[in-house]
Amino acid sequence: MAEAIIPNLPTNLEGPRARWKYLDNILGRRGPFTDVDWVPGAAIIESLERAKLLVIGAGGLGCEILKNLALSGFKDIHVIDMDTIDVSNLNRQFLFRHADVGKYKAEVAAKFVEKRVKGVKITPYCGKIQDKDEEYYKQFAMIVCGLDSIEARRWINATLVGMVDENDEDSLKPLIDGGTEGFKGQARVILPTMTSCIECQLDMHAPRAAVPLCTLATIPRQPQHCIEWAHIIAWDEERKEITLDTDDPEHITWLFQKALKRAQEFNIPGVTYSMTQGVVKNIIPAIASTNAIVAASCCNEAFKIATSTNPFLGVPETDNYMMYTGDESVYTYTFQHMKKSDCPVCGEDNLSRPLQVDPNSTLQEFLDGLAERPEAQLKKPSIRSEQKSLYYQSPASLEEQTRPNLTKKLNELLENGEEVVISDPAFPTQFRYQLTFKG
Amino acid sequence: MADLPPPVQGPTAKEKKYDRQLRLWGATGQMALESSHILLINSGPGVVGVETLKNLVLPGIGNFTIQDSAVVSEADLGVNFFLEEEHLGGFRAEHTCNLLKELNPDVQGSFITEPVESWLTQPDSLKPYTLILATAPIRPEILARLSAHAGASLIPIFYIHSVGFYSHFSIHLPPAFPIVDTHPDSETTSDLRLLKPWPELIQFAKEKTNALDTMAADDHGHIPYIAILLYHLEEWKKDHEGQVPQNYKEKTEFRTIVSKAARTNNPEGGEENYDEAVAAVLKSLNPPEPASAVKEIFKTPECVLVSRDSSSFWVIAHAIGLFYTKYGVLPVPGSVPDMKARSADYIQLQNVYKSKARKDVVEVLESVRFLERTADRKDPIDEKDVEAFCKNAAHIKLVRGRPFHVVQASETIEWGERAKSIAQNLTFPDSLVPLYIAFLAFDEFVATHDKDALGGAPKMPGETDAETDAEKVTGIAFKIADDLIKEAGTFVEEPDYSDLKTRTGEFVQELVRAGGAELHNIAALTGGLVSQEIIKAITEQYIPVDNTCVFDGVRSKTEVIRV
Ligand SMILES: [Zn+2]
Repeated sequence: MAEAIIPNLPTNLEGPRARWKYLDNILGRRGPFTDVDWVPGAAIIESLERAKLLVIGAGGLGCEILKNLALSGFKDIHVIDMDTIDVSNLNRQFLFRHADVGKYKAEVAAKFVEKRVKGVKITPYCGKIQDKDEEYYKQFAMIVCGLDSIEARRWINATLVGMVDENDEDSLKPLIDGGTEGFKGQARVILPTMTSCIECQLDMHAPRAAVPLCTLATIPRQPQHCIEWAHIIAWDEERKEITLDTDDPEHITWLFQKALKRAQEFNIPGVTYSMTQGVVKNIIPAIASTNAIVAASCCNEAFKIATSTNPFLGVPETDNYMMYTGDESVYTYTFQHMKKSDCPVCGEDNLSRPLQVDPNSTLQEFLDGLAERPEAQLKKPSIRSEQKSLYYQSPASLEEQTRPNLTKKLNELLENGEEVVISDPAFPTQFRYQLTFKG
Repeated sequence: MADLPPPVQGPTAKEKKYDRQLRLWGATGQMALESSHILLINSGPGVVGVETLKNLVLPGIGNFTIQDSAVVSEADLGVNFFLEEEHLGGFRAEHTCNLLKELNPDVQGSFITEPVESWLTQPDSLKPYTLILATAPIRPEILARLSAHAGASLIPIFYIHSVGFYSHFSIHLPPAFPIVDTHPDSETTSDLRLLKPWPELIQFAKEKTNALDTMAADDHGHIPYIAILLYHLEEWKKDHEGQVPQNYKEKTEFRTIVSKAARTNNPEGGEENYDEAVAAVLKSLNPPEPASAVKEIFKTPECVLVSRDSSSFWVIAHAIGLFYTKYGVLPVPGSVPDMKARSADYIQLQNVYKSKARKDVVEVLESVRFLERTADRKDPIDEKDVEAFCKNAAHIKLVRGRPFHVVQASETIEWGERAKSIAQNLTFPDSLVPLYIAFLAFDEFVATHDKDALGGAPKMPGETDAETDAEKVTGIAFKIADDLIKEAGTFVEEPDYSDLKTRTGEFVQELVRAGGAELHNIAALTGGLVSQEIIKAITEQYIPVDNTCVFDGVRSKTEVIRV
């Protein structure tokens, strides 16, 4: 078995590869798991250096990803992020310093890594992924995502699935996605149209159920209810003319005091400034260690895909998802998430999913429910049936025309078993449901 | 705005910077981090240790020191992010230290460039440090010395490998490492005592379910589900000789009764509070019996024999043990999950639980004070600590730290009481025990090979001749596996034995292929894992790895092994 290793490639103590001495042990030697026809050496090094990669997100994961890719021997990296640096980023986003607060993340991160790792070119774009079209995404060999927004993930996923052209091998762009929350996270590899996609996996990341409005308005019980009340109801009633800016301390203070006062009226303990900020901004705890683990796992897969130095996650019919939990010991669960045939993004035939509904609920209630359905999570849905437009968010004239439908009951608008098509401006996909009436 | 109270004190600059982590380990965890001083004994390519420190400097440990006598080479620049071209030829300890310090002005960093062999001979060289981190390759006599120091001074020590696509770390914690704040999952922790209600809780349920049948619809739809369940439990007991539902069958029967009691003659066709009651039946109708691991803690010698020098954990644990002996239950934690209810009713219910919890704390506190007097302890334990302990009593954890393997040249590795269970694990097809054995074999190779005849740095397998070294290390690994099977007193049959050898051989080959090189990704990932475990060890929060973790970057899997 030991013959599988090609011995004694010259060790580069000097010359252009001296810096990559360690990496070249792996790039220059076969291992027990490399393909029989894999040839180590110059050709592999060349393809690694030629591969153009896109990194989406230059935050906690993004900083790690850029560092890791640069030190994995990639030379041509692009990075997209629309955000600017906030002081609360500094406990983990290690490419930023106090003096950088307020600057664009993508720009500062790119410059820093270029300076540290000589020979790597990092091209920043400070803006939204939606600004770019297929032509732009086509130029990359792979896309590595370190995002905190489900919407952005779903958008890039649907875009990459849509780009696949059966007759053009180059149109398939592997998507490597990382995500963290506190001590937990996941890394996954998606080969668009071939393996389970972000949309197939959406129910793995179910949203937290929203508190009903009537609880906020009339029977608050938790400090969070008082904060949500201040956020959703009190602000609109008393400060409608001011746009709420959750980064403005004066605004947070106002909400905090409102919430505190309401809590006192109901004898509810526990409202704090920090909690107010957490609820209003939907803050997810984040630490350097989890980011390091998940980002490195993503980059390890990217490196293996680019070099074939070892098998990678995402090969069809094999594991494509690593789940990580670190609060109780260390636990990973690596498995194959199965592609869903009725996936609205990558499903083969555009099947509609069956859905049971209460015929007496209103269209508004039905649409609100979509925001919480794990497999849909739509915030601004428009809906039409086979017969008619039920509700459209835009244009304004159509919105106005269809608005009266919102208060109508489903059984006034639809037949039992009718199919509806739902779209949302955040996604380049349509969702089809066949609605059957309960009871 | 005249109706608002005066402006509040917003968060401090520090609270703003650390906001995202304070939401996890709080101010006490942060204080513990800030009073730590971590020593890294660095070696080899030296990346994993530096990446670990990065993840600790960012959240604000107090102090770190890097011991490393290596000089910065070209190869360092291709793998270590905390070095730059201008540092070539300088000391790696100095420059990595300086670039790490840039990450957080609140952290103190220093470095030692003297070779570890001579530095360790100085008296008290290890004294300032509260935690030690050693990376492979390291001479066994040095590692043994560090391990002995950590054992004697009761500080944690970590030993790390990061080689090619694989990594490993072992943690040696003090022999008794108790944790109160384990941060259990909030959904699994509610302890409502529905089967052991106290008079105030019974009274509450009676009040809220009075004249149930004639209650107005809106009132009926707002009865807290705890009251609903208690009411139906009383009814059930009347028909079952005073017994509550005993088994799964009776519980489902009980659940049907509750479900049928909901009113359906309303527009919604049901009641949310009854839905909540139904959903809570199976998980809430269990006797409030503590987990066996918790009961074990009450029986440990440290808990039974509280002395003048016992840590506060053992004093409080002893007091809670007394409480348990007396009542057969732990103190009530006092929290109530959110549920459909009117504000006033919910707050009233919350207070019923809080008052009971408070009462239990007072009783435990009395025992604590009594113990303090009889053991003649100096500083009284903070009441807040007793309260926190009572609140999480069902989820406390005791980790028994133990030394990790230090592989000495031509000495058989001993597994002791762990031999049987590890040998069993060894033959599972997905087991990473063979990878751990490959690392032990790697260490034995290092213990017996030098880079040059001068006896300078140890040599790692595959640095120059991968083929020959792979054969050697495979031989060592096979012997370690055979010795383990022998020590366990067992026998592995074919084809399992051949499979085991194949898998071990493959791990060794992949390990030797790297020739001691670190891949940045694997070093960064392992640095993430180790820093996380260091944070747990320092803050005494969450549950640490007990005691060894291996990572397979080929298949992207980890396994935790107790060795
Ligand atoms: Zn899909």
